[in-house]
Amino acid sequence: MQSLTYQRATSIGEAVSLLQNGGDTARVLAGGTDLIVQARERKRDVSLLVDVKHIPELIGVSYSPDTGLVIGAATPLYQVYGNKDVKEHYPSIVEASSVIGGTAIQGRASLGGNLCNSSPAGDSLTAMMAINAIAHIAGPQGERDVPVEDFFTGPGRNVLEAGEFVVNIHIAPHQSGTGGAWQRFIPRNEMDIAVVNCGTYLALENGSVTNARVALGAVAATPIMVPAISEILIGQALNDEIIDMAADAASEAATPIEDMRGSVKQRKHLAGVLTKRTLAIAAERAQS
Amino acid sequence: MVATEKNKNTYKVIGTRPVRPDGTDKVTGRAAYAADTQMTNLLHAQVLRSPHAHAVIKSIDASKALALPGVKAVITAADLPDTDSDSTQKLLDNVIASNKALYHGHAVAAVAAIDVHIAEDALDLIEVEYEILTPVTDVREAMLSDAPILHPDLRTSLQATNVDTATDIETNIALHLRQERGDVENAFENSDVIIEREFETSWFHQGYIEPHSATAFWSHDGQITIWNSSQGPFVQRDSIARLLNLTAQDITVIPQEIGGGFGGKISVYLEPIAAVLSKVTAQPVRLTMTREAVFQATGPTSATYNRIKLGAMHDGTIIAAQAYLAFAAGAFPGSPINPGVSCAFGPYYFENQLIDGFDVVTNSPKSAAYRAPGAPASEYAVESTINELAERLEMDPMELRIKNATSEGKPNSAGAPFPRIGAKEVMDAVKNHPHYNSELQGDDVGRGVALGFWHNAGLESGSSATINSDGSVSLSVGSVDIGGTRASLAMQLAETLALTYEQIKPHVADTDSVPFTHVTGGSRTTFAGGWVAYELGVELREKMRQRAADIWDIDIEEVEYTDDAIIKVNSDEEKAFTFSELAKKMATTGGQISATVSINKTSQGPAYAGHIVDIEVDKDTGKVTILRYTAIQDVGTAIHPSYVEGQIHGGVAQGLGMALTEEYYYDDDGHLVNSSFLDYRMPTALDLPMIDTELVEVPNPGHPYGVRGVGEVPIVPPMPAIQQAITDATGLHIYQMPVSPRVLLEELLESENLSSNGHGTGEGRF
Repeated sequence: MQSLTYQRATSIGEAVSLLQNGGDTARVLAGGTDLIVQARERKRDVSLLVDVKHIPELIGVSYSPDTGLVIGAATPLYQVYGNKDVKEHYPSIVEASSVIGGTAIQGRASLGGNLCNSSPAGDSLTAMMAINAIAHIAGPQGERDVPVEDFFTGPGRNVLEAGEFVVNIHIAPHQSGTGGAWQRFIPRNEMDIAVVNCGTYLALENGSVTNARVALGAVAATPIMVPAISEILIGQALNDEIIDMAADAASEAATPIEDMRGSVKQRKHLAGVLTKRTLAIAAERAQS
Repeated sequence: MVATEKNKNTYKVIGTRPVRPDGTDKVTGRAAYAADTQMTNLLHAQVLRSPHAHAVIKSIDASKALALPGVKAVITAADLPDTDSDSTQKLLDNVIASNKALYHGHAVAAVAAIDVHIAEDALDLIEVEYEILTPVTDVREAMLSDAPILHPDLRTSLQATNVDTATDIETNIALHLRQERGDVENAFENSDVIIEREFETSWFHQGYIEPHSATAFWSHDGQITIWNSSQGPFVQRDSIARLLNLTAQDITVIPQEIGGGFGGKISVYLEPIAAVLSKVTAQPVRLTMTREAVFQATGPTSATYNRIKLGAMHDGTIIAAQAYLAFAAGAFPGSPINPGVSCAFGPYYFENQLIDGFDVVTNSPKSAAYRAPGAPASEYAVESTINELAERLEMDPMELRIKNATSEGKPNSAGAPFPRIGAKEVMDAVKNHPHYNSELQGDDVGRGVALGFWHNAGLESGSSATINSDGSVSLSVGSVDIGGTRASLAMQLAETLALTYEQIKPHVADTDSVPFTHVTGGSRTTFAGGWVAYELGVELREKMRQRAADIWDIDIEEVEYTDDAIIKVNSDEEKAFTFSELAKKMATTGGQISATVSINKTSQGPAYAGHIVDIEVDKDTGKVTILRYTAIQDVGTAIHPSYVEGQIHGGVAQGLGMALTEEYYYDDDGHLVNSSFLDYRMPTALDLPMIDTELVEVPNPGHPYGVRGVGEVPIVPPMPAIQQAITDATGLHIYQMPVSPRVLLEELLESENLSSNGHGTGEGRF
């Protein structure tokens, strides 16, 4: 591992100035479950770690029926999927955050970290995109909001400017008649990286779809939304035929590469399979 | 005392399940592994590895690295000794490349520094100029006449007659080996049914959790001490001596606890580098591989291409069998083609058979031994073809096997008659097992069955035992303990001395402390080390009788050593010592009693295994879930049944990894791109079912307690058993391993397309 400096920030302002002064090789340290590994393997040039876990706004989960869910960006995953409001209202967030790493990793890893690592295969990303989560960002120019679906610009790259970091993730209050679901395909049963992952969100009214959002991971340079599925589903009653059309649209939208984790053919097919499976679960949840 | 004379029911220690002596330290984390080695002035080394799969090393400039504060030395191949021997040179070249980098990750230079981070920094400062060459990683492509040549001086060596393989041209084929019996050509002409299939297997790594690690200190007096992770300290001592142009007396290897080897910790990789760095710096040097380096530069087993042809009569008698086996050796000759050939038809006797084997160099890490080296690949091909033959003949696959089973007196692959073996017993046990006779339930489920054969190894072992004054016995063994052998050897000594297991204190010694002992490998340690323990016990009994005779001033023939370890004279009740009483008197009656024994036995006796597996296939994703697994094996005598079962569980787990998820993934430039536990997918506990075992005990007549090797053969049947189960569940015959979800899904999609287009279900692929 290269030699580096560690600094602990205790306020948003302090973190911003540490990052600004640190330049290109200053990195935000939340759980470190990606960053430390990358630094150890010398896959990222890191000279300064700014630990944000001691900034109060970055830790904790709160929910209100009026304003929705706010998850501190550095909150460890076990506190996210273990939170009773998350469990009750946001099952797709539970599904995604409970399969990232093993138990020990989940004591450290965070949604903010998964977001900022910006892997095309990051498991929580498609869950957040489908449910239209908003990343609240702090930086030298003040604070701003970016929808998670607009956050990624390439593999390992995102919209964060120098000195910026994610403070929290906001999700709108749960509405009855809506449901989300998330699944991934991995060759093993655990400890694996998604060949494809898929988050879906459905809103139903009198049996008809009023909103549908499907996000796919590991099928392009960034996680992607599939707007074609929204067009297919909105205004329709769900049936096998229309879900098959949505699945076909997912396969169509997927533009994966061939690598050691999966082939093009496999990933395009799995995009459809997971879309179909998660839409069925989301529909059931929306109706319950 | 041989097994056939002593009923196993009279054993007092053998067959019980005591706690292993190393258990507490391992569970509490106190056990010391090679990477834990600490000493004053210890330096830390790192190795620079080739980013190219095939390249000429034009120049290496280490001046910037040497100038970095904290760096103590940089070495290259030029710092290792010269040799006249071609085989020694090839071993040296694998340790550090001399003029050509032959695989991605091939070592080209090494650094010693005051800490590991500075050593890493220094690697970036070493400038290497390469001339990049075209690599070849596929075994069949490497055999083509226009393939890139790895070693211009390599010529095919022939262990075959009447073949047209050229031996005078540049080639990647290091060896063509042929084994022949009867007249296979004529027998195919007389066969009612002929089936021919071809198969491929990927590179599979042993996947031991502990990376290689070695610490070396080259003292000013020329003595070298090595603390390392090793399956064979004596073999490695001799190998290091050869590579450094020294002799065995110059080197002591002190093996530490080992975190898995499976055959991969026999070759030396780091020891000569650490030793030379220590010589240059006059300080001890520790070198531990990264996980990436373990995958890139240590032994996977060979990727293979195998073609099998069987000719049978309608009644199932196989009268002709032919195999063409091509094994990728990696960068230097030495794939396990020999055992691949000799095990291919192991469970069977065919009157006419012909096997051609090829050892082929490729731009990949030099293959190393891996649990029954060569057998999983060749037997996968044979077993899968036999299962398909059973389909064709509409015969039960176990009946077909039983009809063709080998047995005592039939020739083995070398032509010598088999001793008493358990092939038939295992086949019968499979056929009669409730699992085999149960109904499969559910959709998209399938069942597979396969046999396995492994010849096991004998080789040299030596140990010393000393009786202590408290009546305990210290047992020093030369075998590194990987699978519970401290316990299994202590148990055999306890049995022979009629003592309790707890009275024996086993200990793994270094290369200066006990006689030469060959590797912990070849499923040989409980066999050979157990034989040594038995002979030690016999000798100690004699010495205890003699000591008592001396004390009583009588002839030894009057003194008896009973089954309760009482040393006594039958005709005189006054003359009797318990073992402990006599032990207490040793010091004043002539000194402590001890014994040292060395053996080299070849009566190891082969092992047979039969496995049954049920699976379920998710046809939307190609994922296989294992529903039930039963492993049946002839284990000779199970000394410690829990450790025997553990060996079987481990073999099955590794075999299932080969069958379903593990593979080396090379890009077009020959880069290994999945050198991590994340992307080289070994099964985890969550991927495996409970594995049921059934121990068949056909005692080995060539061992005092009937021991057969048990560790390797269970890795053989999983691939063909899974292959057949997939066929049963999907109707697809897939001829490559692993059948990863990607492979199976693509085959399923292909067959859907074909059937919707009216082209059938993919039959007739060959």
